[in-house]
Amino acid sequence: MSDVYIVGVDMIKFGRFPDRTVPDLAAEAALMALDDACLGLKDMQALFSGNLGQASGMVGQRMLAEIGQTGIPVTNVANACATGATAFRDGWMSIKAGVYDLVLAVGVEQMGKGLLGGGGGVSTEGLIGSGTMPAMFAQIGMEHTRRYGTTFAQFAKVSVKNHHHSTMNPKSMYQVETPLEQVMGSEMIAYPNTKLMCSVNVDGSAAAVLASEAAVRRLGLMDRAVKIRASVMSSNPFEERQMAMPDFSGATRLAAGWAYEQAGVGPGDIDLVELHDCFATAELVHYENLGLCADGEAGRLIDEGVTTLGGRTPVNVSGGLLSKGHPLGATGIANIYEVATHLRGAAGARQVEGARLGLTHVVGGGPGMGTACAIHILEKA
Amino acid sequence: MASETPVPAPPLTPFIRTTADGAHYLAGCRCTACGEIFVGERRVCAACCARGGLEAVRLADTGRVYAFTIVERSFPGVKTPFVDVTVDLDDGAHIKGTLEGVEPSLEGVRFDMPVRLAWREATPVNTPGKAYLTYLFLPA
Ligand SMILES: [Zn+2]
Repeated sequence: MSDVYIVGVDMIKFGRFPDRTVPDLAAEAALMALDDACLGLKDMQALFSGNLGQASGMVGQRMLAEIGQTGIPVTNVANACATGATAFRDGWMSIKAGVYDLVLAVGVEQMGKGLLGGGGGVSTEGLIGSGTMPAMFAQIGMEHTRRYGTTFAQFAKVSVKNHHHSTMNPKSMYQVETPLEQVMGSEMIAYPNTKLMCSVNVDGSAAAVLASEAAVRRLGLMDRAVKIRASVMSSNPFEERQMAMPDFSGATRLAAGWAYEQAGVGPGDIDLVELHDCFATAELVHYENLGLCADGEAGRLIDEGVTTLGGRTPVNVSGGLLSKGHPLGATGIANIYEVATHLRGAAGARQVEGARLGLTHVVGGGPGMGTACAIHILEKA
Repeated sequence: MASETPVPAPPLTPFIRTTADGAHYLAGCRCTACGEIFVGERRVCAACCARGGLEAVRLADTGRVYAFTIVERSFPGVKTPFVDVTVDLDDGAHIKGTLEGVEPSLEGVRFDMPVRLAWREATPVNTPGKAYLTYLFLPA
């Protein structure tokens, strides 16, 4: 089986674009990724398109209607916060299988403001606890507190760090420092998550061009290529409290184990990580789920600056979902863009020096729905 | 003239049951293959994949707080703050709920706090004027 490479990848600056359409946002990122690869849509053999908000709306075909209808097969996917990464991985699989050797993957989302969560039907909110995402991830943080004594301040430091990182990322929604007192003093949403510890709902899109090794060589693109060392997905294995507290750890641990095995590397070999910091509490839990530290040591990791730019394993140097923003269907490919940019040495002020191997992680789901997790390990080609 | 009998409020979730003599309970099931206890009824065990062999049980009405948060902001129209808890019931089931009878603050709740099930009729935020039967937790 051929190795698979990223030869073009880009994202739009995340923001709020209520006057644009979903296909239009997708098209912008797709053209940017094609330009990055010095290729055109006519070179693409298939499109994998990820979007949640218009999951039944044929977003991929509508995007092609804007930028060129070459008749290639389109697969539209929806998979919670792993939607973009799922589209990317479907592209990877199609090349691994030898069906295609040049494909395009795109992830896009247009979101409103406000709390996510809940569902259809008669609302149980307030009567049978809470179904909001912040409350769910608050309880996940409190479980960590219960087990290891993790403090409000330790969770809040995640947000301080990621907002700091975002000041060096021109594509981030926000680029402002948020000192610890400001994070801890902002509106409490669900303890310990304050408003500044919740990810930002934004509109955004990101895209990647994937190529087989033969195509990379034929096109002379190896100098800009990023090798996909691992591409894995998982769903939530049974966990006894899953109906009361949706579980994102089991799926992440499974996927992490498979990803390290597929790449033949360990967590200690990884130079930077973009992980799913949908809430500040989630980032600390995922340090342990991804093996960046032993169970119970996540609080120490953030205290010691290990995951800050300049530390041993910088995490979310893009600013993360907390500051860069979280357009659900685009997030998975935006994380891949970030890591690929560092591996190419093109990340500017936030460059992780000498980055050779990076990991991306997204995980999503909700109460009574289950979990989708995707992890990619990328290497400078 | 027909006498008017009050219509009982419908259950807010399908696993809330009422016996012939008017007592309420939470319906669950237990896998006879692996022993896992679930809230609600199932045909196949999610833990061990066993088919059939899931026996109906009446879930415990006491338990302990495993994890919690104080919800300060919720969907529009929902009264806050309230205490959102994950409870480990004494029979091994796990269930989400609202804890009342305590201060909705960090001082009012603690891990492993003993709680008991209680019942009430309440009106969901999106069904004005229509009440449902639901459960809540109180300190035991
Ligand atoms: Zn079983």
